[in-house]
Amino acid sequence: MAQDDFPLLVERGAPGRVGSSVPTSDVPEVPLEEILPPAQLRADGPPLPEVSEPDLVRHYTQLSRRNYAVDVGFYPLGSCTMKYNPKVNEDAARLPGFARLHPYVPDALAQGALRLLSELEAMLTEICGMDAVTFQPAAGAHGELTALLMIRAYFADRGESRTRVIVPDSAHGTNPASASMCGYEVVQVKSDARGNIDVESLRQAADERVAALMLTNPNTLGLFEEHITEVEEIIHGCGAQMYLDGANFNAVLGISRPGDQGFDVMHMNLHKTFSTPHGGGGPGAGPVAVKAHLAPYVPVPVVVRDGDRFRLDYDRPRSIGKVRSFYGNFGVLVRAYTYIRTFGPLLRQIAEAAVLNANYLLSLLRHAFDLPYDRSCMHEFVLAGTRQKREFGVTTRDIAKRLMDYGYHAPTIYFPLIVDEAMMIEPTETESRETIEAFARALLAIAEECRRDPEVVRSAPHTTVVSRLDEVRAARRPDLHWPLASPEAASS
Amino acid sequence: MLRAVGAERVEDLFRDIPQSVRLLRDLNLPPAPSDAELLRELRAMSQDNGDADRYLCFLGAGAYDHFIPSVVWHLAGRAEFYTAYTPYQAEMMQGELQATYEYQSMLCALTGMDVANASMYDGASATAEATVMARDLTRRDEILVSTAVHPEYRQVIRTYTRHLGMRVVDLPYRDGLTPLDAVSDALSAQTAALVVQHPNFFGALEQVQDLARLAHAVGALLIVSVADPVAYGLLKPPGVLGADIVAGEGQPLGNPLNFGGPYLGMLATRQAFVRRMPGRLVGRTVDTQGRRGFVLTLQTREQHIRRERATSNICTNEALNALAAAIYMAALGKQGMRQVAEACVRKAHYARRRIGGIRGFEVAFPVPTFHEFVVRCPLPPEEINRRLLAKEILGGLPLGRFYPELGDGWLVCVTESRTREDIDRLVAALEELV
Repeated sequence: MAQDDFPLLVERGAPGRVGSSVPTSDVPEVPLEEILPPAQLRADGPPLPEVSEPDLVRHYTQLSRRNYAVDVGFYPLGSCTMKYNPKVNEDAARLPGFARLHPYVPDALAQGALRLLSELEAMLTEICGMDAVTFQPAAGAHGELTALLMIRAYFADRGESRTRVIVPDSAHGTNPASASMCGYEVVQVKSDARGNIDVESLRQAADERVAALMLTNPNTLGLFEEHITEVEEIIHGCGAQMYLDGANFNAVLGISRPGDQGFDVMHMNLHKTFSTPHGGGGPGAGPVAVKAHLAPYVPVPVVVRDGDRFRLDYDRPRSIGKVRSFYGNFGVLVRAYTYIRTFGPLLRQIAEAAVLNANYLLSLLRHAFDLPYDRSCMHEFVLAGTRQKREFGVTTRDIAKRLMDYGYHAPTIYFPLIVDEAMMIEPTETESRETIEAFARALLAIAEECRRDPEVVRSAPHTTVVSRLDEVRAARRPDLHWPLASPEAASS
Repeated sequence: MLRAVGAERVEDLFRDIPQSVRLLRDLNLPPAPSDAELLRELRAMSQDNGDADRYLCFLGAGAYDHFIPSVVWHLAGRAEFYTAYTPYQAEMMQGELQATYEYQSMLCALTGMDVANASMYDGASATAEATVMARDLTRRDEILVSTAVHPEYRQVIRTYTRHLGMRVVDLPYRDGLTPLDAVSDALSAQTAALVVQHPNFFGALEQVQDLARLAHAVGALLIVSVADPVAYGLLKPPGVLGADIVAGEGQPLGNPLNFGGPYLGMLATRQAFVRRMPGRLVGRTVDTQGRRGFVLTLQTREQHIRRERATSNICTNEALNALAAAIYMAALGKQGMRQVAEACVRKAHYARRRIGGIRGFEVAFPVPTFHEFVVRCPLPPEEINRRLLAKEILGGLPLGRFYPELGDGWLVCVTESRTREDIDRLVAALEELV
């Protein structure tokens, strides 16, 4: 460890220290060798750190202060919907009746949990304009996989062997990756000059080999697909299924329902649209909502209501099976349930405020950066740093790093792939006008710096706990853990 | 704000949405209560559940009621971790990144493997992804799975592999273990991987070293799945017994039962296989001034770069749960992890001996077990559980739902959280039944 390195946990503590109370056995003492074969036992505890509780608390508290979060400040990460996470959701999820509930209790002991799932399903089907929901997928990409497996099973039942999935060139990487995990061939379709999926190219790609179109709407440019009804006709016209990647669902809550747009199946990211904390990259939840014709295929079990009682039904012969143990990320579902109940029919105002905030921020920034698709945006918009790169040799990455010096997280950068030097900015509905204006001032100041003092931007960040990190070295010489005892020592 | 964006009304901003797909009514949802009313309603709903505070819990089977030290969620719950996104901008996310690097390090220490990723969804999907990884590594299509692997994990393996031209073959268990002769007969030059769970679904310790030897003899990989990694506080870890991939459930490391989730999938492997690994990895590097720092690395494996050729589609993982697991491992440390595991084993064996001594009850498999064991019961286990509920005891898992031949089988779990008095209470209740 160099002098100004922040210590690793393994560099703290001393042999014999323990950071928590440790249980002892209160049953009659029997030599361990009589219970377990000595050859199966470690000679010593696993080679883990040995730190006291105060040292442990300080280590993680100090680490937390080397982090950025939406509770710390504005987080305009496009397509990630970093809205504020209301604390009441946390109180709900931590109720012992939910947090301390074992997944294999008999249904009679899970009536509250099953009722919550049943009510959440009813609310989400209404919000999506769909007929049924499975909660098993743990994240958005997991929902994509689940949905495509259901589509595959649906066509297999109909005796159709369709082998292709269409994704637009603006799609999230998870879309082609999920299609590939399901054994589908990926067909990419380009976008048109207004940022919509190109209808003519789609028409040419759509034939009886296509199982589904995976579409994000509003798309990753923050634009609503203007030809959605035509797209729907083309896809259903060739007998394929319409799949919605619900990453950007926040923009249209209560305004336009995917089911009414013609989608057969969609996933939601509860950790985006329905405000459950992202936790530094998870947990999320990626429930999948389907129209009735796909409902027989959802993973087992499903919650069934019999009068005023609820039960888990595993007897679903056409189900694709299970994609995860138990029933999904229940704790996340409790938070989303609480969030939806908090708004009720006023969910629509979330979309309105999100779209207004995005358009307002766009209006403050549009003159300083290139705007590849000049339309009224939805919940997010994509600027390009091409002018700054061309004229001053400053890249979008540099601008992103410089934003840290102004105290902000960066937008999503270099995505979507179809925009050079892309900056994808999503303010969400929970930010005030003052916050949005302050962020705009920061980005405009950086645009000015690109002109006057490009080096200060190129060498940013200057105020973070570390300066720019060497990613090439990390990949060339992977160092993925602290020095470990040799395997023999680990077992001895 | 409206004027600045050139709109008269908010509706104008939605002009790109065709009228035909607009919702022209209010969403039909229950009217919003106040927070106080809503919490009262949720509290009532939660009290319709029989949680592990109200009932003495002897259920395990993939979700374990270990004590969670108070520090774990006081620290993992800090808003700077809790409300962060994936650490894409490394310089301002050093806390999350270092904590993940430390999680990876501690998971390697616990499992004896060379490298661990930043987490998967859960034990079942991690095990399923491990089988796909094994196919890619070996270019073979057959997966042998012991039926002593968690039945839900086996179901998920099937869901993940069915359409990929992979063949999944179940290996029967015998006396609660995966029999070496059956494994030896089934392994062939087509086998990509053998999947066993250790300790297995019945709580029994598998002969991992022998299984590894058999698999390696035909060029197959050994995947060791694990439902409770606390066991490796005491047991030799799979890494030193020859496992090529360890995949499993990290919930027991500091995460609440949560009616099944969020949990975290663990995935660890040998150094040589790291570039076929799914999921995020954090690596150590330096900044422009030579200071230590951490970044997401080897991202060319991942979907946002490699798209349809990625090792997996996984993006969001279970970072917060992995953080809790790291804090748990750090809080207990070298000595504590061993003591927790030892307390589990001692208490479970006390319970096994006592229950096995009740007339009509019989320990099903005469093999060494960790903190779970199977009992054959004189009454249907479902009926026993029903009667135990009246005494506020949550009995074990009736095995008939997964193993028809074990219709009288009852999978009992005893963690360190149960006291002798608790176990004696269960034993007394069972004695009353027969």
